[in-house]
Amino acid sequence: MSLKVDNLRITYRTLRGDVKAVDGVSFSVSDGEIMGLAGESGCGKSTLGNSLVFLEGRMRHLGGRAELDGRELPIADTRAMNEYRMRQVSLIPQYAMSALNPTRKFGKMAAELLKSRGVRFATVEEELRRRLGLVGLADNVLNLYPFELSGGMRQRATMVLSTILNPSLLIADEVTSALDVSTQRAVGEMLMEFRERGFVKSMIVITHDMSILAQIADSILVMYAGKLAEKAGSDTVVNNPLHPYTQLLLASLPEVGVRYDTSALVGIPGRPPSLLHPPAGCRFRARCPFAFEKCTEDPPFMELQPGHQVACWKAMKDAGLDIGPAVPPAAAVGEEASR
Amino acid sequence: MRRYFARKIGIYIVAFWFAGTVDFLVPRLMPGDPVQSYLSNFIGANTTVTQYRAMYSAFAKAFGLNVPLWDQYWHFWDGVLHGHMGISISQSSLPVTSVIRGAAIYSLILLVPAIVLAYVLGNRIGAMAARRKVLDNTVLPIGYLFQASPYPWLALAVAFYLGAVAHWFPIGSGYAQNLLPSWTNWHFIVSVMYHWFLPFLTVFLVSFGGWAIGMRSLVIYELETDYARYLRALGASQRLVRRYAYRNAALPQLSGLAIQLGTVIGGNVVAEVVFQYPGLGHLILQAADSQDYFLLMGIFLFIIIGVLVANFVIDIAYVMIDPRTRLAMQGAQA
Repeated sequence: MSLKVDNLRITYRTLRGDVKAVDGVSFSVSDGEIMGLAGESGCGKSTLGNSLVFLEGRMRHLGGRAELDGRELPIADTRAMNEYRMRQVSLIPQYAMSALNPTRKFGKMAAELLKSRGVRFATVEEELRRRLGLVGLADNVLNLYPFELSGGMRQRATMVLSTILNPSLLIADEVTSALDVSTQRAVGEMLMEFRERGFVKSMIVITHDMSILAQIADSILVMYAGKLAEKAGSDTVVNNPLHPYTQLLLASLPEVGVRYDTSALVGIPGRPPSLLHPPAGCRFRARCPFAFEKCTEDPPFMELQPGHQVACWKAMKDAGLDIGPAVPPAAAVGEEASR
Repeated sequence: MRRYFARKIGIYIVAFWFAGTVDFLVPRLMPGDPVQSYLSNFIGANTTVTQYRAMYSAFAKAFGLNVPLWDQYWHFWDGVLHGHMGISISQSSLPVTSVIRGAAIYSLILLVPAIVLAYVLGNRIGAMAARRKVLDNTVLPIGYLFQASPYPWLALAVAFYLGAVAHWFPIGSGYAQNLLPSWTNWHFIVSVMYHWFLPFLTVFLVSFGGWAIGMRSLVIYELETDYARYLRALGASQRLVRRYAYRNAALPQLSGLAIQLGTVIGGNVVAEVVFQYPGLGHLILQAADSQDYFLLMGIFLFIIIGVLVANFVIDIAYVMIDPRTRLAMQGAQA
């Protein structure tokens, strides 16, 4: 078992109050697994991914734990966490194209970064050059400034630098979002190659783009409004999703060969709830076409089929589980009034 | 690289010619007649009109002011290129170059240390204040106060309280009046330093606050940039992140320093007038008061050269420090 996250809760401080961006999330990623983490912007997927590496100033760890290779990650203690960064758990950030110091040659910055991590540059230089060659960057990028590289080259250089110490877990945050479609595919293949070659053991690929996940991920975890909606193997999620949100999300993707001048592309009506004061019960119910009384209660994240977990009362009912009675009307009314 | 500097030098030559022409014209556009005001030193009650006319044309000829403006202009550039700037009408008819040299040293020893020290300390403390609450709440407000107070007011307040009231430091003049200027005399040097302190302090304080305030926000900005976040996420030491942030934040500050150092050559008129300090700024005022064409033109020319040289030096320094400017000079697009 590589990564095990248990009931993790992370909030964001804002001027208007705490945003509960990650609200009781539990999942695991096994060795060698590439897990896709999908959802709309603002659903907490980046917060979740980043919290496993670096808790930024405005983020607070409210509770829960994360365990990597049997050792607990001290995610709330940024000092203690430092030892794990880059070596055990590393990040390819969302802003990978601007992640390099503009006034330092790439090689010099890499050397200074590694030195400050207690690694002698000479010991990894050979490997760094080899891996740069692997992603199609010539040796001389070490002697170039970031502004002398194209955006794509900078991103690949960042990918190599982030993984140079062979971390156990790599968080790849929206690495394909700013790229054109053919480059997206190449980057996806690079990530898979990184795993094949053992540069990283397992990976969490954060994206809102389901098509790239269908291509590279072994499993997909869908988040909605700070909570988990569904997790299963990527084929299962793409072909047989159980959560209405996942179903609608996939239905809103354009299909190859279909012309959308006759049939309009459907989106999901409505907007996700504010995470400042999230509503009780299922957070998707205001937008869900199948919502019923039971949905005013918080659905558990349940394994309905082997390896397929869903947080949805309707899916549970369809699976023939006894979900019990709906909330007594009095309680439901009180709750409505309090919202 | 060579093309870049060739172009730069070309621009500097054009700027020098243009500024020199303005320098030539400005004193001549001032109301008043310098020969007349010079002659007023010599004529008595019994000078006849004929004598006066003879003296006038003799001195006008001596000063080269009896020829058409166009010829004066040629003489001016001829003098500039040969280092002859004429004689000072107001300063005992000494050559302008030696008058300027005498005053320039006072301006330089006052302003260069004040500006450089303010730059170094202001940037350091501003950078520290960016991440230390205590400093941010103590040094910075004081910096704001000094930076925002009108300099003449601050200088007068300091001169009044530390000089006139407390008698800790002398005010007026650059050295004790019972000493003859001599840079080999130990007493004289001590006296200069004693008189130097108050003008130095006020110039330093005003400039210091500005640097600290600027650096604080620049460092805060740099610490939030993507490369700083990335380094932190990969567990880089605080020291490395801060070093990068400081270096990158110092780049725009350096341009500001260049501009300030360029104007050093002209002295600091207000500071030198308030403290009656015998530098170039003080000299400008005297020269303008007594319509001393040649001295005024000499000082302005000195300032022009100073600003251009300082800018050129910083151009070179910038190319060495900021690699991004090197790209621009190879003719690539941003």
